[in-house]
Amino acid sequence: MSVMEKVRPKAPAPAREPRVTDEHGRRIRVWELALRYLLLLGVLALTVGPFLWQLSTSLKGPTEDIFSSPPKFLPGEPTLHNYERVSETIPVWDYAFNSLKVATANVVTNCVGAALAGYALARLRYRGRRAATLAFILAMLVPVEGIIIAQFTTMRELGLNNTLVGVVLPGSISALNVLLMRNAFLNLPYEIEEAAYVDGANVWQRFLRIALPSVKGTVAVVAIFAFMGAWDDFLWPLIVLSDPSKFTLTIGLNYLHGTFANDERLVAAGTIIAVAPLIALFACLQRYFFRGVGEGAVKG
Amino acid sequence: MATPTVSRIRRQLPTSPWLFAAPGLLIIGAFILYPFLSTLVNAFTDRRTLIPGEFVGLANFRELLGDDMFWIGLRNSTLYVVGVVPALVILPLLLAMLVQKNIPGITFFRSAFYTPVVASIVVVGLIWVWLLDERGLVNSLLETIGVGRIGFLSDQWLLLLSAMAVTVWKGLGYYMIIYLAALANVPRELHEAAAVDGAGAIRRFVTVTVPAVRSTMVLVGALSSVAAFKVFSEVYLMAGPSGGPAGEDTTLVMLVQRTGTGLTGRVGYASAISVVVFVVTVALMLLVLRADRRDET
Repeated sequence: MSVMEKVRPKAPAPAREPRVTDEHGRRIRVWELALRYLLLLGVLALTVGPFLWQLSTSLKGPTEDIFSSPPKFLPGEPTLHNYERVSETIPVWDYAFNSLKVATANVVTNCVGAALAGYALARLRYRGRRAATLAFILAMLVPVEGIIIAQFTTMRELGLNNTLVGVVLPGSISALNVLLMRNAFLNLPYEIEEAAYVDGANVWQRFLRIALPSVKGTVAVVAIFAFMGAWDDFLWPLIVLSDPSKFTLTIGLNYLHGTFANDERLVAAGTIIAVAPLIALFACLQRYFFRGVGEGAVKG
Repeated sequence: MATPTVSRIRRQLPTSPWLFAAPGLLIIGAFILYPFLSTLVNAFTDRRTLIPGEFVGLANFRELLGDDMFWIGLRNSTLYVVGVVPALVILPLLLAMLVQKNIPGITFFRSAFYTPVVASIVVVGLIWVWLLDERGLVNSLLETIGVGRIGFLSDQWLLLLSAMAVTVWKGLGYYMIIYLAALANVPRELHEAAAVDGAGAIRRFVTVTVPAVRSTMVLVGALSSVAAFKVFSEVYLMAGPSGGPAGEDTTLVMLVQRTGTGLTGRVGYASAISVVVFVVTVALMLLVLRADRRDET
């Protein structure tokens, strides 16, 4: 992923003629550069524009026309009124807290569970290791959308339907994450752990002190994707949760939309509350998001 | 290779390997593999949410053949693959080429293009429901330029097309990153040689870039076709839980959800639909991989 991080600073050049070079140090012609920026700005408007329009709608007051043609892109008098109204209409902060609980639990279980299982698959010798690896590979290939009904009946049998625990459990240690961790451990040189063994370190010490610190990057990727997956998930919580007091943000938004579809300002404020934390997280930790795409795609 | 050290490690640890693997195996066993097997079994029963049900042989599958809703779902999910996959194989590649050159500010653009991937599908769906509303931004713009308003969300086909557009919009950035890694491995010499031979930009794209990233295109095709066939959220949010006008926009997974949940849910029948989803998913994977192999020869 080195392409992501390698940005060449503009070469110092006479102000008259700005000189821009590509990654090989060759000069890019001015018209080509202008065309590139034009296209980039066009795509930017298409990808980020819809979010900004939603933000703008959420900040428009009750007297402002949101349907005008030609459209008004900026709110005349920005107000947080709609955000207050959302919290009066649905317990949006409770929903956000539920989402946070589910996402945090998902991060902890995935990081711990996948690291342990990945280490067992990559490093430990025991009878049945191949069968265990095969089980995780099979689990990764099962299309989740096809087993939701059976997952739901399983949850009912366990008495965990309509609980946040029930929301977390099925994805709490995902097979993909286990296999990602396994590959990360496999790529470590074995000699260091052998040396530690000779020095008398037991398996837990070798795992915690030597192996785990060397795969921190992959753990971070697992953590981020576990958080994002749980925060954004829709189909499973929709099926397993029926009591509105237990809703997560995505289900709460769906409910808000279903009940107050004609109140665009209200729905807009709700969506911004749901998306803002993730955009902030992404802005801080981009590197790991991109790295996760690379690692996940090769295996997925 | 079992060096002496390794075999000593093995002798020393009879139980701890299983302690390490146990939580993971327990979770995937109980919540992935067991539900998968019980879906396969339930498909041959008349089980309901509150009634265990009995073995009914192929009755569910025979019923499927005569169920209009099933055919609508199969049609829509298939159309989704046909509509979404070509766009998701080609557009992100073009986008990756656009953001590949390290010109000033390019990391900002790369990140910005990835934003829709980060957002929840519910947020994305609701944003587009508002944008494509009869009185929404897109229609305001269309009216301003004199085209007039279009009922994107009221017509059966426009609705499905809009949902596809949203899927593509949300997936662009994800596949762009995959392509970006592949493009980094295309040797520049190939492009230069082609340029020296007088090949224009389009010719170079077809003769140099596409062959070089072909295996990535197959990967993207496989990933996106499987995901497209299982589409649920976009259509559910844009067309509503009942699947648009007269349910004509229902997809297969929406049908599974609608049939199998609730206190009167027909678990057996929904499982039979799920089995169809499994079979088509596997078939799609094999189809893409076979197309790949045929290209090679």
